[in-house]
Amino acid sequence: MSKVVEFRWHGRGGQGAKTASILLADAAFNTGKYVQGFPEYGPERMGAPIAAFNRISDQEIRVHSNVYEPNFVVVVDETLLDCVDVTAGIKADGAIIVNTPKSPDEIRPKLDGYTGKICTIDATGIAVDCIKRPIPNTPMLAAAVKVSGVMSDDEFISDMEGSLKHKFATKPQVIALNMDAIKRAIGEVKGL
Amino acid sequence: MAIRERLSGNEAVSIAMKQINPDVVAAYPITPSTEVPQYFSNYAANGEVDTEFVPVESEHSAMSACIGAQAAGGRAMTATSSQGLALMWEMLYIASSYRLPITMATINRTLSGPINIHCDHSDSMGARDSGWIQIYSENSQEAYDNFIQAVRIAEHPDVMLPVMDCFDGFITSHKVENLNLIEDDEVKKFVGKYNPPYHLMDKNKPMSMGPLSLPMYYFESKRQQAETMRGSIKAILEVAADFEKLTGRKYGLFEEYKMQDAETAIVIINSTAGTAKDCVDQLREKGVKAGLVKIRVFRPFPVTQIVSALSKCKAVAVMDRADSCNGAGGPLFTDVTSAMYGRADGIKVVNYIYGLGGRDVKIDDIHSVYNDLQEIVKTGTVKEVYNYLGVREG
Repeated sequence: MSKVVEFRWHGRGGQGAKTASILLADAAFNTGKYVQGFPEYGPERMGAPIAAFNRISDQEIRVHSNVYEPNFVVVVDETLLDCVDVTAGIKADGAIIVNTPKSPDEIRPKLDGYTGKICTIDATGIAVDCIKRPIPNTPMLAAAVKVSGVMSDDEFISDMEGSLKHKFATKPQVIALNMDAIKRAIGEVKGL
Repeated sequence: MAIRERLSGNEAVSIAMKQINPDVVAAYPITPSTEVPQYFSNYAANGEVDTEFVPVESEHSAMSACIGAQAAGGRAMTATSSQGLALMWEMLYIASSYRLPITMATINRTLSGPINIHCDHSDSMGARDSGWIQIYSENSQEAYDNFIQAVRIAEHPDVMLPVMDCFDGFITSHKVENLNLIEDDEVKKFVGKYNPPYHLMDKNKPMSMGPLSLPMYYFESKRQQAETMRGSIKAILEVAADFEKLTGRKYGLFEEYKMQDAETAIVIINSTAGTAKDCVDQLREKGVKAGLVKIRVFRPFPVTQIVSALSKCKAVAVMDRADSCNGAGGPLFTDVTSAMYGRADGIKVVNYIYGLGGRDVKIDDIHSVYNDLQEIVKTGTVKEVYNYLGVREG
């Protein structure tokens, strides 16, 4: 059981945190892992804080509760740092990954005495540059994979091409743009 | 060859439906079951199935359409949750008393009010005496496997009763997790063709269904229905044995987890059983003789089998994700204790109501139940029979 790697995603409705958790589950599944990917369903409205979760393991996963002591926390929207206790339960050897143009040192004062590892990535900036829309979930996913090391960069990139082809079967024009965003994000994580 | 996949419970069951390729699917959307007919309607629209998909105007109509189709000799299916199941109520009884082997995915969601879209078992538990066989599923794999088996069980010549495959709303229905699918042709071969002995379209054996049955006959037909339900255990196990031959996955009336030498045990249904198994493993590492019984078949209730599984325990906690509001205990508790009465007297049995309206259940919550059980074993006394787990008091 100790081999399970757990993620908690914090985002706002419409930013794709749920989709990111499902894509992470997909990618890890394709490397042969046991996976869970699931959101916490609440009032589903644009902009409301939402959470989503992943478990990734070499063994069958039986636990069906939410994730309370994550190895990794992914914050898709920086403004959530002001209203959600994003570091709650995070493991001492884990990390938090925040979508922001700021550096980890600039973010730390906002995390109420959290002493663990902080990584940042300007996922929205990358999304605007590459995808032409401020939807940060695929670059955030790339950052989550990079920081957690649940799979190698190469495995992840080749797998994402397949997943995005499946997911965006009706919108093939966005696949290459998302792949650009993913590749850039892998190289631009701060605080590794 | 098994197909390694990762799917949500709803996706898995809609794929089972596609592989079975029934004559009719009639459904009305309701959270969290909506995706099942939604995915299936795609298969129908894309010509991947031959099914007549009927998007009806209510769940009452969904069950009515299934009844009509099945009475006409077709194989019919649907899916629903919560208020949708409640709206089907009178038709559930029609389906079972007409002996129509309809298959339904019941994606467990609490009943209003207050209005809430999340999981508990109050919907299907409320329908426990409607004459439907009820099978419960821990995860996507079981939801898929049980749906396929449900068709065979329902249509078994010794059964001819409708079956619902129940699994937890959101927790199982919307969580993507690993499972193994069966090849399309293997599923088709396993369920076979539906050849009802009687149906309304058979001009060589004209019949009527649902005629008036006054005091002269009604009692006998109900008695036969109840007897069939009781006897269906044999067919359920027969189908499970065939399924094991096909997939290697073993199913029974319930699953016994580390029960061999268990002093304390919990009896539980659906997804929380998985969480509780992790708890059992943690306790076992500390030398605590903890075990677990996960109910698969709740209707018919496996009376003697449950008793023999629990008979060596010193203390048992029965976990209900539904409150009967009856002052006597949840539905599983009252069935387990009445089964034990006179057959396994002296074992301390307590009840916990948990997880209502989607209240999350952690491994720690289950630990507290086993702690209580150990305390009961140590002191030999039960402080409170009827307990609530994870509720805020005061």
